[in-house]
Formats: sequence, structure tokens, C-alpha cells
Amino acid sequence: MTDILLSLADLQAGTRAVVREFRAGRAVESRLASLGFTPGAAVEVVQNYGRGPLIVTVRGTRVALGRGEAAKIMVEGNNGNYD
Amino acid sequence: MTKFSAADAPAETQAKSRSPLIALAGQPNMGKSTLFNLLTGLNQHVGNWPGKTVERREGRFDLHGREAVLVDLPGAYSLTANSPEEVIAREFIVREKPDVVIAVVSAANLERSLYLVAELAALDAPLVVALNMIDVAEQEGLRVEPHVLEAALGVPVVPMVASKALGVRDLLDVVEEVLTGKRLPAPRPPEIRPDHAAVLTEIQTLIASHVPDPYPPAWMALKLLEGDAEVTRTMQAALPPETWEDVHKILRAHDDAFLAVASGRYEWIGRLVRAAVTRPRVGQIGLTERLDRWAAHPVWGLVLLAGILGLVFGLTFTVGAPIQAWLEEAVIAPLSGLAGGALAGAPAWVRGMLVDGLIGGVGSVLTFLPILVIFFAAFALLEDVGYMARAAYVMDNLMHLMGLHGKSFLPLFLGFGCNVPAVMGTRVIDSWPARLLTILIAPLVPCTARMAVVAFIAPAFFGANAVWVTWGLVLFSLLALVLSGTLLNRVLFKGQRSAFIMEMPLYHLPNPRTIGLLVWQRSLAFVKKAGTAILAMAMLIWLLSYLPGGDLNSSYLARFGQWIEPLGRAMGFDWRLTVALLSSFPAKENAIATLGVLFGVSPEAGLTDLLTAAYSPAAALSFLTVTMLFIPCLATVAVTKQETGSWRWVAVSLALFLALSFLGGTAVYHLAVWLL
Repeated sequence: MTDILLSLADLQAGTRAVVREFRAGRAVESRLASLGFTPGAAVEVVQNYGRGPLIVTVRGTRVALGRGEAAKIMVEGNNGNYD
Repeated sequence: MTKFSAADAPAETQAKSRSPLIALAGQPNMGKSTLFNLLTGLNQHVGNWPGKTVERREGRFDLHGREAVLVDLPGAYSLTANSPEEVIAREFIVREKPDVVIAVVSAANLERSLYLVAELAALDAPLVVALNMIDVAEQEGLRVEPHVLEAALGVPVVPMVASKALGVRDLLDVVEEVLTGKRLPAPRPPEIRPDHAAVLTEIQTLIASHVPDPYPPAWMALKLLEGDAEVTRTMQAALPPETWEDVHKILRAHDDAFLAVASGRYEWIGRLVRAAVTRPRVGQIGLTERLDRWAAHPVWGLVLLAGILGLVFGLTFTVGAPIQAWLEEAVIAPLSGLAGGALAGAPAWVRGMLVDGLIGGVGSVLTFLPILVIFFAAFALLEDVGYMARAAYVMDNLMHLMGLHGKSFLPLFLGFGCNVPAVMGTRVIDSWPARLLTILIAPLVPCTARMAVVAFIAPAFFGANAVWVTWGLVLFSLLALVLSGTLLNRVLFKGQRSAFIMEMPLYHLPNPRTIGLLVWQRSLAFVKKAGTAILAMAMLIWLLSYLPGGDLNSSYLARFGQWIEPLGRAMGFDWRLTVALLSSFPAKENAIATLGVLFGVSPEAGLTDLLTAAYSPAAALSFLTVTMLFIPCLATVAVTKQETGSWRWVAVSLALFLALSFLGGTAVYHLAVWLL
């Protein structure tokens, strides 16, 4: 386990990671939480072309995130070892 | 906080308080509307929640020989006050106390859809879970055991496939059992994480004696800890100042508690899902993923979107426009003739008001219905199969220019059919500034009525080049839209941007019933508008064009047109073009009919010759430009007032379009004179 946190926006398509913290402000964080983004949640980046919005899978749901929103979700890569 | 007291609740709910009241709750894309439509069919009423611009759907259906009232709560991901939908859903359950709350969840997406159930369970509502989409789950290799879920949740769980009407009878049987007390749902809500349990108890103890009726104190304490804005406001008002100070101190020390609460719910869900779902190894790539490689691709997605838009417009204009023209010629014109003959003995103003005002004004608005039906159907189909989220996704970049995000594209797209549903369609946008901005710029999307004016005038003046002129005008409008959007965002909203967070639903086969009902409701709303606001205004404009002498050329309308002629002259207009423009306020295509009256001919017979003789191509181009940019039609102004809830924004909108059309018209006229 490393302590280095990456932003979700920096992950390439196909990468899996675990959400650790948010830097988005209460209102956005609350909306993200109701869609399944909570600390400890496993996410997989489905699409990320380096600009524009991303598609991320969280808890079995595909969610589109603006690049700005994705940049505020801090994750930790764990080489796919999670349940 | 929204109040649903007996006084302002819709009369329908109150009048038959004996009928069982059943609420349908669920997250978006769970098949909630499909179930609602299946149960109520055409026996439903669409309105607004009191004081809100959120659609309220209520219907009646036969439940074991008696009538039951079914209220479709707005789709909500949670019951925290993130959006008006979420507040409405929980307020309804707390205040109206429905006899049964049916929570629709998707077996194919159990983990996320149970989040709302976790919240509903904490509200202590008589809950029944409709486990929908078991067919989709099975296709993906998922098996859910309803009995295991039922035992773990403590409430009845009924497996079903709403889109194929499977399991509905079982669901109704269970609802009946709950109503008659044969089954008592005893939901086991998730418990808060141990590390926050003490804080929750502390808050609950502090507030317990001050919680306003009918809110459950334990639930209020939980929502306070979650930082729910509405509940915080309510409790701050209800608590004595010193108690509030204490509560506030605790809340500040635990301002990340909402994540602990949400995580606690997902842990609870995780246990349920592990017990109830047997999930074989997922290896295959789903249909949605394969389609999204194209539909959500930054380049191919846009190409596909352009192709789909082209197809919809092509269909609208090849199928819808001829029907519209036929209705105008074969129904409205003979009807006018017939009414004119029948009213031959009546005073001239009665005849004129009925024939020209009613049939000519409202009738010609209604001839646009076929075009709108095609447009609504295409839109509903794309929405139902799940494509619209992709369109929003690929348009996100472009919408960013205006400080908007992808979701604003959907109502704007609808605007090509008619601006009225476009303004109402802005309800999908979750932030108010973004929604307001979209409402303000939506009328710059050229609607079919304005395209009808272009289609009449452009060929007369520009012959073979009419196609290019038409495309140029459409592009010019869209350019004006982007520029106004960017400018308004800077001026009104200081360039702020709202968050783009949107679920991408799985693609699925369209449901004809859902699409049919959507088209029916939207068309009905349009017809109602034509019968009320448009009718009144058409009559008024007709009177102004008739009084005082019964002759248009000397009427109040003409005098007004002559009075402001100097303004029109800058754009190359004479008073007749100015009057035609003003008369397009009730309905844009009126411009042609008015010109027909002013030149003393019927629109079919030789108006084009008279127009080309009277005006230069530069004046015609200027007139078309102004038609594209002028203040929106009456119906659009009416819904702008309805959706923004204030005349202030209507005034802003009118000022914007007056300025824009005057500047645009003047610039185009002088440029055209110089070039042509």
C-alpha cells in the first residue's frame, strides 16, 4: 500500500483504483457519494481521452464525470487487488 | 422546506382520501416510469409539485376491485437535499404518509439502487421492494435471490420485469397484503458506523424534544450529521439558540460525517448483495461497453450525433412538413371558408375574430402538431434506449464554452422542434444557474415555426441558393446562441461552471408504451397551450389589427408599426415588415399570414411575386435574420415565466432578444446592401 494519491482524471482507460478522498466541496461530494463514490469504493476508468469528460464505473454503474470533477476525486491504485 | 399541507396538496389526493395512497420511489433508470405507465395507462395526470418546477405524475388504477391512487415520486439517487427531486420525494413520504411505498430497484444494478432503499428504510415507511429488470440481470449472468433479500431487508421483495409486464400481479398482491395488514414490513435500516454512533446519539438527545412534527427525530439527527442543508435550516429555526450552538459545534467537528454515513449504507448494501446475489465470473464485454466505444468517442460520437440529428430533421421535414402544409390547405383553409360562409350574417368583427383570429391563428399553430409529434417521438425513442446520455456526454466539451455542461444540450436539441418543450426540458439540468442560462438561450435554437417562415421567403428571393441561405441562417442562430451563452455566463454568473455528474444508463430495447405516453403527454401540453395562452393572444392581435376602423391598413397595429418604422428602417424594413414581425409574437409563422393581409392577398396566391417586387434581397435577408433572433413566441415566453418563476428573467430574456435582433438585423442588412 502506498500513500501516493492520484487524481481520477490522471488515470488511463482500463485502470482500476480505490477512492480515498475528495477535494470537491460538500455539495458535489454529497452527490458523488449518492452515486457510489465513497472512500474505499473500487472504480475503473472506462474512457479517458486526456481531455473532455470521463466515463468511470463505480459499484456496477457507469458514470460520466466532468474533467474538473474527476480531478477532485483522489484515488490509490492497488494493482487490481480488491474485492 | 417544501410544505405539503392539506391546503396546497392537489385536490385529487384529498378528495378520495378513502382510496389507498401508494407512492412509487426509485432512482432514475430503474424502470419506475415503465411501472407507473403500466399500472395507470392513460389514467394519469401530469402537473407540477406545488411551488416547484418538477413534474408530478399521479394516476389511478384498479387494485383488487377498488381504486388506488398512485403517485410517481421524482427519480432520486438519495433522500439527501442535493436536488429538488430528492426533497420532494422525502417530504411526500414524511408528510403525506402513503399507505405503501413501492421502491423500484434494478436487479442488474442492485448495489447502487439499494442506496435509496437504505434511506427509505430509515424513514420507517411501509416499504415494498419491486426487484425490476431481472431479465437484464440474467443476461449479464447475475442471479438475485428475492427471498434472501427479503429476509435481510425485512420488507417484501417482488421480482419483476416491468417492460414485459411480468410480476405485476404478484406486486399488487403483496401491496394488498400490506394494505390489509396481512404483512407488516419491518425494514432493518443500516446502522451508522461504530465510530460515529456516539455522536449521532448525542445529537439526537439534544434535538429530540424540538423536532417539528411529523419528522422522525432519529432521522433528523442522521440528516443533520449528513450536513443536509434543508434539515439544518429547519432545525436551526426550531432549536433554542444555545442548543443550536451545541449542535452546531458537534457538526463542525464532524463535517466529514456524511462520508461515514454514506459508507455505512454501502457496507450494509454490500452485506445484502453478497448474500442475495450469485455472480458468476464476469468476463464478456457487455453491449453497452461495445456501443459506447463509438457513441461516446470524442470524434465518432460527434459524427454519430450529427448523423442522428440529420436523420431526425430529415424525417421531420420530409414527412412532417408536407402533412403540415396539407393540414393548412386541406383543413384550415376550407374550415375558414366554411365558417366565413356560415357567419355571413354575423357582424364583421365576429366573423373576423372567429375566422382570422381563432381558425387562422390557433388553427395554424395546431397544424404544426404532426411535425412536433415526429420530433417528440424521435426524442422519446433516443431517450428511452439510453442514447441521450451519450449525446450529452459528447457535447460536454462544446457546452463548456458557455459555462454549461453536456446535460444542457438535451433541451437545446428539443428546441429544434419547438422552443416550448425545450424550456420545459431544462428540468434535467441539476444546477439552477446552468438551468437559467439554458432557458435564456434556448429560444435561439431555430424552431420549426421559424423554419416555416424561412422556407416560404428564402426560395422566393434566393431561388437555387435558398438552401445555403437557410443553412447560413441556422448556423448564424447557433453562433448567436454560443456567443450569448458565453457572454451571459460571464455577466450574470461570473463564469462559474456547474458539476457534470451523470449516470450513463445501460442501452436497452425501446418500450413502445413509454414512448407513446411521452409523445401523448407532450403533444397534449402543446395543444392545451394553443387553446389557452395562444388563443387569447391571437384574438388580441387580431383585434389590434381590426380596430378601430375594421381595416388592417389603418388599424392600431399598423399605426404602431408606422410609429416605430424608423427603428425598422435601420434593418431595411418598411412598416409592413415591422407589423408582420410584431404579429409573429403569438406564433412565428403568423408573419406570412400578416404579410398576406397587408398586401391584400391570400398566402397561396401570388404573395411571393408581390414581396419580391416590394423588397430587395438585402431586406429579405435582414427580415429572416430578425425572425431568427426576435423575441420568442408567446408560448415560449409563457413557459419562461413558468419555469423561472419570475418576470425579471422574462424581462431579461425579452431585452436580450430585442437587442440581439435589432443589432443582427441592422448588421446583416447593411452588409447585404454592400455585398449584393
